[in-house]
Amino acid sequence: MGGLTGQRLIALFLLGCLLLNYPLFSLFAGPGEVFGIPLLYAYVFVVWALLIALMAFVVERRSD
Amino acid sequence: MLTAGVIVLASFAYVGLLFAIAYYGDKRADAGRSIIANPYIYALSLAVYCTSWTFYGSVGRAATSGIGFLPIYLGPTLMAALWWYVLLKIVRISKANRITSIADFIGSRYGKSHLLGGMVTVIAVVGVVPYIALQLKAISTSFTVLLQYPDMATPYYDSAPLFLGDNTFYIAMLLAAFTILFGTRHLDATERHEGLVAAIAFESVVKLVAFIAVGLFVTFGMYGGFADIFQRAAAVPDLRGLLTLGGAAGDYTTWASLTFVSMLAVLFLPRQFQVAVVENVDARHLSKAAWLFPLYLLAINVFVLPITLGGLLHFQSAADADMFVLSLPLSQGRVSLALLAFIGGLSAATGMVIVETIALSTMVCNDLLMPVLLRMKSLRLIERRDLSGLLLAIRRGAIIGILVLGYLYYYLAGEAYALVSIGLISFCAVAQFAPAIIGGIYWKGATRLGATCGLAAGFLMWVYTLLLPSFAKSGWLPIVFLSEGMLGIDLLRPQQLFGLTGLDEITHCVFWSLLANIGCYVGLSLVRRPGAAEHSQATLFVDKQPSAAGSRFWRGKASARELAGLLGRFLGPERAQEALAAYSAGSGKPHGDGVTADAALVHHVESLLAGAIGSASARVMVASVVEEEPLRVHEVLEIIDEASQVLAYSRQIEQKSLELERASTELRQANARLKELDRLKDDFVSTVSHELRTPLTSIRAFSEILNDNPQLDTPERKRFLGIIIKESERLTRLINQILDLSRIESGRAEWQLSDVDLKDTIENAIAATSQLFTDKNVGLQAHLPPNVPTVTADADRVLQVLINLLSNAVKFCARGAGRVEVRLVNEPNQLRVEVSDNGPGISKSDQPIIFERFRQGRDTLTDKAEGTGLGLAISRQIIAHFGGTLWVESELDCGATFAFVLPVTARIETAAARAIAAPA
Repeated sequence: MGGLTGQRLIALFLLGCLLLNYPLFSLFAGPGEVFGIPLLYAYVFVVWALLIALMAFVVERRSD
Repeated sequence: MLTAGVIVLASFAYVGLLFAIAYYGDKRADAGRSIIANPYIYALSLAVYCTSWTFYGSVGRAATSGIGFLPIYLGPTLMAALWWYVLLKIVRISKANRITSIADFIGSRYGKSHLLGGMVTVIAVVGVVPYIALQLKAISTSFTVLLQYPDMATPYYDSAPLFLGDNTFYIAMLLAAFTILFGTRHLDATERHEGLVAAIAFESVVKLVAFIAVGLFVTFGMYGGFADIFQRAAAVPDLRGLLTLGGAAGDYTTWASLTFVSMLAVLFLPRQFQVAVVENVDARHLSKAAWLFPLYLLAINVFVLPITLGGLLHFQSAADADMFVLSLPLSQGRVSLALLAFIGGLSAATGMVIVETIALSTMVCNDLLMPVLLRMKSLRLIERRDLSGLLLAIRRGAIIGILVLGYLYYYLAGEAYALVSIGLISFCAVAQFAPAIIGGIYWKGATRLGATCGLAAGFLMWVYTLLLPSFAKSGWLPIVFLSEGMLGIDLLRPQQLFGLTGLDEITHCVFWSLLANIGCYVGLSLVRRPGAAEHSQATLFVDKQPSAAGSRFWRGKASARELAGLLGRFLGPERAQEALAAYSAGSGKPHGDGVTADAALVHHVESLLAGAIGSASARVMVASVVEEEPLRVHEVLEIIDEASQVLAYSRQIEQKSLELERASTELRQANARLKELDRLKDDFVSTVSHELRTPLTSIRAFSEILNDNPQLDTPERKRFLGIIIKESERLTRLINQILDLSRIESGRAEWQLSDVDLKDTIENAIAATSQLFTDKNVGLQAHLPPNVPTVTADADRVLQVLINLLSNAVKFCARGAGRVEVRLVNEPNQLRVEVSDNGPGISKSDQPIIFERFRQGRDTLTDKAEGTGLGLAISRQIIAHFGGTLWVESELDCGATFAFVLPVTARIETAAARAIAAPA
């Protein structure tokens, strides 16, 4: 088990907790829109997709 | 529209397809070519997380709280990042210890505790039954909607009679039959169901496809894409609140607590534990599944909001938003799409029910009923020959029982709650397992007492703050229980416990129950040390690598036949034989009836049994056939003794190596000495050659002169011949002395021992050397006492020594002024002879050297050595041979005294010699 991969995943976990909770979350909770999509929805789904992509990247490129 | 017949037919066709897949999966597994042994199938089977709650309920919750449904899926996404540590460890522990359920896991961790396993089972059943009810409600409602659309306003179950008159009851029983066929066809020690997992993975594909199909239809068929729907919704004042957080969506606290609870639920729901841990084929699949599973969750949630807003825009009402997935296609006349959506919802519900009831029935059987039944001596279960039938019957009964409970909950309480709320009640219940499990795999100090009390406290808190209020809202309890608290005590209001307000009911319950749970768990674990059984299990769970140490501490006797019999009673005789044969082939040990089982075999059988009936029950059963002797103090001491023997052995080795080192040091020294001797020998040979060459050279030189000059006059010729003769004599003497010395040194010299009168010998020596003294004009004085005892020696040899000493003395004396004294001293038991001169003396540093071969003290006046250089060496050897010593006392310019002592002849011998001599 590569120690670095584990640490990266924990970092991603913490990043996710940070981005998807108060107070950062509140910055995007108000009205507004991006390409016709409400800012809140766009933010949550983009962060979510980003987290998954990063996890896939970290897991798949591990050397062990 | 659709008739009931078509819907039922489609449903049965779908279920038939599932059976075919499951059957195929089992066949492939039996053939050793698993179709589920890859991370994609594993991730899809994990998606059993998405139930009809996801399929219908997300839309329902989104209709009232906008994005508030998402934490249920964001939590698992975040948790997936931690799987690498947490879930991987749980999977490894479970594989090593043949854990078959979450109750088994917790019970096993805390010393194979029956009580704890039973408690976890009760909590799981009580906590999950509402969740199963939710699935039944979803299937029933969706069926009704599909059948009666558009007259869907009338709730179906109000007027329906209980049980036989109710469609939902039939659905429940069908699901039970389905589960029994899938999950309990036979008993397997590994408790894995490959065909079932294949079917579940297929169901996950179906529900995803169905939901996305509806989503695409609504988004792009009914409206003009995402932006269109959102912009239309933004135009409606009532819907605007759904597009932001706060207000209707609840506050950030709710958001965070829902995320947290679902993080725990995705690990500890019995069905998630079943697919993620028990059914796991290869722990390595986890890493890829860690991003595939969140990706699945993301995909199935993309269209939730468009469908919600589309439905709200279309129907102008949030009522029955749970069923928008069906009603929107129906409203557009898309019957086949609606049927597909129904099948998708059905697959979501059936997948959950099947896996959940299998997991629960295993727990009820292994951790709740079997331990109790096995202990009831009146049932005499331990003596029954074949228990596998009983086990299967218990599991099947448990499946039916759990579904009946679910049905009853649905029938009595289903109306009061939306789908999502029911699900969250279950989430909070299983969150109670988190401290015992997470703590259990990372903290060795956690004890059974702490885990038991923590679970109990958390569970009671959950019952009081969430379950009882749900009953009250359903009318089972007086509603004043909610508003005024138990017994009318204000502080005990279940949803504002101790006056805590401002939290929603889920957050409120999570806070109080986990506070009580973790508080008791940690607090009581710290009260005392874990016991021996707890400690050994803790080591197994916390330390990563599973060891065979468990069998080390086993002392008992059992025959292989009894163990095979025991195994046969639970697995069936054939499977038992197969399992034992496989073990014996793997371990290389013989098996058969006559063999006495060793600790490893007993351990193996226990773990096989643990797979079938749980670790706690397996221990009881194995103990029933094994004459297990508990480890006594002296046996522990023996084990310790063995350890100390090993220590002693290693100490011995250490000592040996020290000895070796010493021996090698000695060898090295001996070698150095040998080298030195070798060098000395070389020196000796070269010195001897040199000493021989000197006289030879002068003999040759004078011979050549005589040869080349025949006209030399006679006196000259005579002188030269004299030199040649003298040098030849010297050469002869030298060679004789060398031969003499080597004879003495090698012990081959001939000694003619007799009683020697030293006084006579000294006089002889003086007589022999008198010419030397006269020639050099050196005075000689002899002090000889008249009567001295004899010594035992060779008279000629002693004479040789004396002549050598006397001639040496003359040699170093000055011509004319020289004085030499010879003294014989009678000492007790020995005689001392001294030869003193008044020559130049010998320096202290030269004194030891002069006794060595060819080493001479230098004549300080002429710096010319005379003699052969062997005399003193030979003398010392001779005196030593007769038991005496020879030494020198001297100082520079004060003359030198050579002295030796010889022991006198023993008196008896002397007397005898006289007696013999007397007649002659």
